Amino acid sequence: MPATEPVAAPITAGAVACAHCGLAVPTAAVDAAAPRQFCCEGCRAVWAILHEHGLERYYALRAGAAPAPAPAVDRLYSELDDAGFQGRTCRPEPGGLLSTELYLEGVHCGACVWLVEKLPGLVPGVAEARLDLPRSQARVVWDPRTIPLSAIARRLGSLGYTPHPCRGLAAQAARRREDRAMLSRIGLAGAVAANVMGIAFALYGGALDGMEPEFSAFFRWASLLLTVPSLIWGGGVFFRSAWSALSARTLGMDLPISIGLLAGFLHGVVNTVRGSGDVYFDSVTVLIFLLLSGRYLQRRQQRAAGDAAELAASLYPTSARLLEEGRVREVPLETLVPGVLVEVRAGDLVPADGVIAAGRSTVDLSLLTGESAPQGVHAGDRVHAGTLNLASRLEVRVERTGLDTRVGRLMALVDEHARRRAPIAQLADRISGHFVAVVLTLAAITFALWARIDPSRALDHAAALLIVTCPCALGLATPLAVSAAIGQAARAGFLVKGGDVLEKLTRPGRMWLDKTGTLTEGRATLVRWHGDEAVKPLVAAAEAHSSHPLARAALRALGEPPAGTRMEIQETHGGGIEALADGRRLVVGSPEFVIGRAGEPQAALAAAVGALAGEGLTPVLVAVDGRVVAAAGFGDPLRADAGAAVDRVRGLGWRPGILSGDDARIARGAGSRLGLPAEDCRGGVSPEDKLRAVLASAREGPVVMVGDGVNDAAALAAATVGIAVAGGAEAALTAADVFVVRPGVGRIAELLDGARRTMRVVRRNLIFSLGYNVVGVTLAMTGVLNPLMAAILMPLSSLTVILSSYRARTFGRPDAEEARR
Amino acid sequence: MSVMFVLLPVALLFAGAALGVFLWAARAGQFDDLETPSVRILHEDD
Repeated sequence: MPATEPVAAPITAGAVACAHCGLAVPTAAVDAAAPRQFCCEGCRAVWAILHEHGLERYYALRAGAAPAPAPAVDRLYSELDDAGFQGRTCRPEPGGLLSTELYLEGVHCGACVWLVEKLPGLVPGVAEARLDLPRSQARVVWDPRTIPLSAIARRLGSLGYTPHPCRGLAAQAARRREDRAMLSRIGLAGAVAANVMGIAFALYGGALDGMEPEFSAFFRWASLLLTVPSLIWGGGVFFRSAWSALSARTLGMDLPISIGLLAGFLHGVVNTVRGSGDVYFDSVTVLIFLLLSGRYLQRRQQRAAGDAAELAASLYPTSARLLEEGRVREVPLETLVPGVLVEVRAGDLVPADGVIAAGRSTVDLSLLTGESAPQGVHAGDRVHAGTLNLASRLEVRVERTGLDTRVGRLMALVDEHARRRAPIAQLADRISGHFVAVVLTLAAITFALWARIDPSRALDHAAALLIVTCPCALGLATPLAVSAAIGQAARAGFLVKGGDVLEKLTRPGRMWLDKTGTLTEGRATLVRWHGDEAVKPLVAAAEAHSSHPLARAALRALGEPPAGTRMEIQETHGGGIEALADGRRLVVGSPEFVIGRAGEPQAALAAAVGALAGEGLTPVLVAVDGRVVAAAGFGDPLRADAGAAVDRVRGLGWRPGILSGDDARIARGAGSRLGLPAEDCRGGVSPEDKLRAVLASAREGPVVMVGDGVNDAAALAAATVGIAVAGGAEAALTAADVFVVRPGVGRIAELLDGARRTMRVVRRNLIFSLGYNVVGVTLAMTGVLNPLMAAILMPLSSLTVILSSYRARTFGRPDAEEARR
Repeated sequence: MSVMFVLLPVALLFAGAALGVFLWAARAGQFDDLETPSVRILHEDD
């Protein structure tokens, strides 16, 4: 009957645009009398601030790049004013000012830079604000006597840029210093290489047309003197690394590089002093320059991925809401002590382990235990740090904090396993051992042969061989291919934290998938509806008044209710909703709740309820006017792309399985729909069990763990490669080697494909550079090689490798790549 | 040709000066953020 009645005017999307964010304004929010319309209070507030300060130019600058609607802000940020916190994160500036770095959510374009840097005009007491766009990090200098930091944070938040204190500033500063030092080395090596090359041109010209000996000696000495700083300061990077590898009784690519550089330099010194024979200073300096540049590029790419993961991690709350004498104060997480009372609002993470003192709510344990069904809690129940309060406000008496919490203990496991994991020898490093042996043998043979033919030239030719085989291209082959791939991967949404990760991903083994959030949507969804379809709008209208997670799920599936339905609502915690709407009595809730008010359902619906429970779904009944008319099943459905992705992973030679904190029945159900054998689908697995399962698989071969929760973190750290999926917990981010920015298992197959393409490029590069070395060795052994040939041959080989690395499409556009092949 | 003995050191002096400027810039953090200044300059109106 309700379906035949004319429904109230539906929400017309796109009719009116919000004056701030440009999104459609819901009909209900349109105020016909107002000159401007806003989609929400957040946007209205930002517009008012900008207007008041004459900053409307923001909208012109923004042109095209529409931001997200501004979130309504109710945080006080008073934890930022804590003396201990400021001692750690703020630095004194001249004139009694302080400076700090804040990570800002939602900065994305030039207009944001403009607006954030207008902060001194907006907030009296702020002396300077500088935004670093790629890092989304603002440096704020302010006068603590005029204004507290929390007020600045509130203003930033009200502009839509939610601020977060930056963690790991010391580490960041250290990395920045390292970067600058590396850049300085490259600058020096480049300047030296260019000048030595210029001088070398004169020497080559002289070699062809003849040159007076005093000039040739002058040029050689000049090159020698120029080469010294480049060799010591720039080449020192390779000497140190080769030496530390040797002390650890391993070989690396830096050893043959060091041999080549030293051979070239010493040979040049000897010949310069003697005044006869060839010198290879130009090749040596160009080599140092190219190798340093390759090293720098590689580090920057990996750093960018690490930084981004760190930033995502710093989005997690660092404050707790302390309750003292009925008043709420935001304090830094670290200052919480057992015994205090904290407030946890709906939507907040629980900050510490404790017991609920007042309030009732539902909490989402999925990050901590992997259990996807929300759990009802009330006074006296224990809640753990890292769980999410879904429904309503709770007061929690803190029992354990920091490292003593369950999350804290899990993090200790993560650290332990992350340290224990042995790095694998990369392909290029494995080659390097043989490479050194072969090159040294060949040099010895060359010397022995030429000692018989022409003893005066034996040393020259052996040295020439060492120089020309200096594996510049070989040393660049892996770093360049991998760093180019990591850059492309970052643009495609994969943050890869280490160069060896991609190589590891090409050796198939076990792959354990966490169910919640990885294979599934990670939230309750209406998946089945049995019975009367016509009551759906009525159910939606009633559920719109509830904040229960299942009510939210129903609303997402059924759509926004028609406006204007008059309702009287009564919600029973842990049961359901009773509503009086348009004269009809509606009951929605758990089977016991509904049956207790509307009687037993008909046989068909009763059977449907049984079937839903058998599938591992949560059943909900709907009764209208005392008669049960429909049964709904809620669950966490598989992602649409899960099936195809698991097939692809299997096709690449991996053996996928499920390790889920959820009920075993649910895990097997998901597994069977994906075609996984039942013994590979384990449910009800605790975080410690996950770790054990991964360690057991690791004894048999490579094992990849894919997960998103704190409960996966230890397993992620122990796996050969840990992959964290977006939407997860901070612990998972820090423990994993790869962070997938967009959620879903479909991306995992893409990652594996990208890793394979990357290794193909690496192998191609290695073959190129070895090919060049074969040519070089032949020339040197036959005694034909001269400095000019070396100067052409060696950069050419490096150039080939550089082009091959940066032209390759490894991530992002697989279709184009396949079509071309 | 003996002018070479003067010219080469002079050329190297120039190169050294350029290198010095580069080293100063690198250490002062001029290359830390290569993206923001490019958008900042478009919007500077005061």
